[in-house]
Amino acid sequence: MKIPEEELFAPGHRGCAGCGATIGVRLALKVLGKNTVAISATGCLEVISTPFPETAWEIPWIHVAFENAGAVASGVERALKAQGKEDVNVVAFGGDGGTADIGMQSLSGAMERGHNLIYICYDNEAYMNTGIQRSGSTPYGASTTTSPHGTESFGEDRPKKNMPLIIAAHGVPYVATASISYPEDFMKKVKKAAETNGPAYIHLNQPCTTGWGYDPSKTIELGRLAVETGSWSLYEIVEGEFKLTYKPQIRKPVNEYLNAQKRFKHLSDEEKEKIQEYVDKQCAELGI
Amino acid sequence: MTLKVITANEAIAEAVKLSKPKVVPVYPITPQTTISEYLAKFVSNGDLEAEYIRVESEHSALSAAIGASGTGVRVFTATSSQGLMLMHEIIFAAAGMRMPIVMADANRAISAPLNIWNDQQDSISQRDSGWMQIYVENAQEALDSVIQSYKVSENDNVLLPSMVCLDGFILTHTVEPVDIPDPELVEKFLPEFEPKYAFLDPTRPMSLGSLTDPDYYMEARYQVEEAMENSLEVIKNVDDEFGEIFGRKHGLVEPYKCDDAEIVIVAMGSICSTIRTVIDDLREKGEKIGLLKIRVYRPFPSEEINKILRDVPKVAVVDKNVSFGTGGALYNDIKVKTDKEAYDFIIGLGGRDITPIEIEEIIEKTKNPVKDVTWIGLKGGSQ
Repeated sequence: MKIPEEELFAPGHRGCAGCGATIGVRLALKVLGKNTVAISATGCLEVISTPFPETAWEIPWIHVAFENAGAVASGVERALKAQGKEDVNVVAFGGDGGTADIGMQSLSGAMERGHNLIYICYDNEAYMNTGIQRSGSTPYGASTTTSPHGTESFGEDRPKKNMPLIIAAHGVPYVATASISYPEDFMKKVKKAAETNGPAYIHLNQPCTTGWGYDPSKTIELGRLAVETGSWSLYEIVEGEFKLTYKPQIRKPVNEYLNAQKRFKHLSDEEKEKIQEYVDKQCAELGI
Repeated sequence: MTLKVITANEAIAEAVKLSKPKVVPVYPITPQTTISEYLAKFVSNGDLEAEYIRVESEHSALSAAIGASGTGVRVFTATSSQGLMLMHEIIFAAAGMRMPIVMADANRAISAPLNIWNDQQDSISQRDSGWMQIYVENAQEALDSVIQSYKVSENDNVLLPSMVCLDGFILTHTVEPVDIPDPELVEKFLPEFEPKYAFLDPTRPMSLGSLTDPDYYMEARYQVEEAMENSLEVIKNVDDEFGEIFGRKHGLVEPYKCDDAEIVIVAMGSICSTIRTVIDDLREKGEKIGLLKIRVYRPFPSEEINKILRDVPKVAVVDKNVSFGTGGALYNDIKVKTDKEAYDFIIGLGGRDITPIEIEEIIEKTKNPVKDVTWIGLKGGSQ
């Protein structure tokens, strides 16, 4: 796959070294091109990319609030349609908090109404913009600043909310999971999403150096470990048909993924085993 | 020109049809609902060529309105009470982002306790948001105000959203004869909106809604203040132009028999009609009472108010809202912007009926004042 060299998300933004979210945006925009309008929910991506009077966005971009990217995108899409500009791609970026928690209603409405738009959730598994607080997308066992481990707690005590399946239940024509560490797989999915007539949802796993606690040079490696251990999986659901797009030849033990991150460091062997069992069960269900 | 006997909600919908917005995201709520329904019907029948978005909440209605307005097209939405409360965060965003959206608010009380009837607490609670606010007295004014508001909001020196506030049920569900202007004349008065500055266009990319630090935020807010000040002149000019074309003007404020008045009642919305009839009756008995209707509440027309109240000894303010502990919002504005001896009367909350007897009571209590703020029409007597 030839990856276009042109960058539509400029350097000089305020993302951390090793930021996974910005890698995701760069890759997505390389596929979508200039004829695109982007919508951001409040969050890391929004604050690092548009410190007034600067902007990293080389395409038209709008941000209104935290919980309404789905609705803002709906308005943009219909207004472009009303002007006969149906060829313009409309893509919304929301973090896991802006998607799975506070933005769920607005996103659900946008998906259910059949707008011709792409929604990409850049999932770093906690509220990273405000300093690593637990979200509905935080995985079991992770220590965050609002689910800290301690004498009475091993950290987050609930499994990660399954957003892709929730969106699939809306009956939208295209749902996919992806990882920034598998750029070709992700970009193919963005292309399919753009070609979809109707709503398309991509749930993008993106390691966060600050929130997960690892060396900034290891972002891509962490994303790979997530997939190779089965902690994250790559699939798509096209018109209701589920298909894996990548299957690790030999699934690595979850410990390799957990031990590489500070947020799981506190876990006992017993807890880590529980996570392995959970991952095994999930993988069995998905056919990995 | 066509004369129709319709409710103010239908008048609003007719005005929207004439104003030709490209996108209409709405969510139903009593007593706004029939506006949503009329507009849906217009779109379904091809009478209004607009994208009608059946959003899942008022919060999304205004969010989608901003998204659509951000692309540079004319947008309409409408709400009421709890819906306006749910929009609250986005109300400020719409003004701060300088989106010329026009929204109708069917004035209704706010929960708790839950109540679907009229007062003006909902829109009054949004007065500091940077939206212009017009309080209409009847269905005709509702229709005219929507059309005028687009022209004001879209003016380069303003670019602020407008809220047309109409009393729930009293206006929204009561039929009156309304003159529906000729579409050609409205087209001439209000041509298609062409944005000049900020809009989403791939051929001219720009970022809307950036993060702004202390170096820039205050200037952005001050620009809203300036736009609000500019809007006073624009509203007057637009009203004049409207008057020339359609033969009707409404003004920032509307005085009634104020010239020789010993007491002037200051009020907003449909109650002004009741107050006028009371004044006529009292004038026959030799009592010199006048009415100052505040039509445009934001921007606040201080100059016009002071001009009219200059020689008036006493002012009675009627508020269908309350800021607990300090009286109603209009009273507070009058106290700040004039040096008049003024008394406040909180009345008609949650749809409590306001009869001529209560208006007379207000006048009596202004003649012989006991306290600054009085709640009128409470069970067991006014307090």
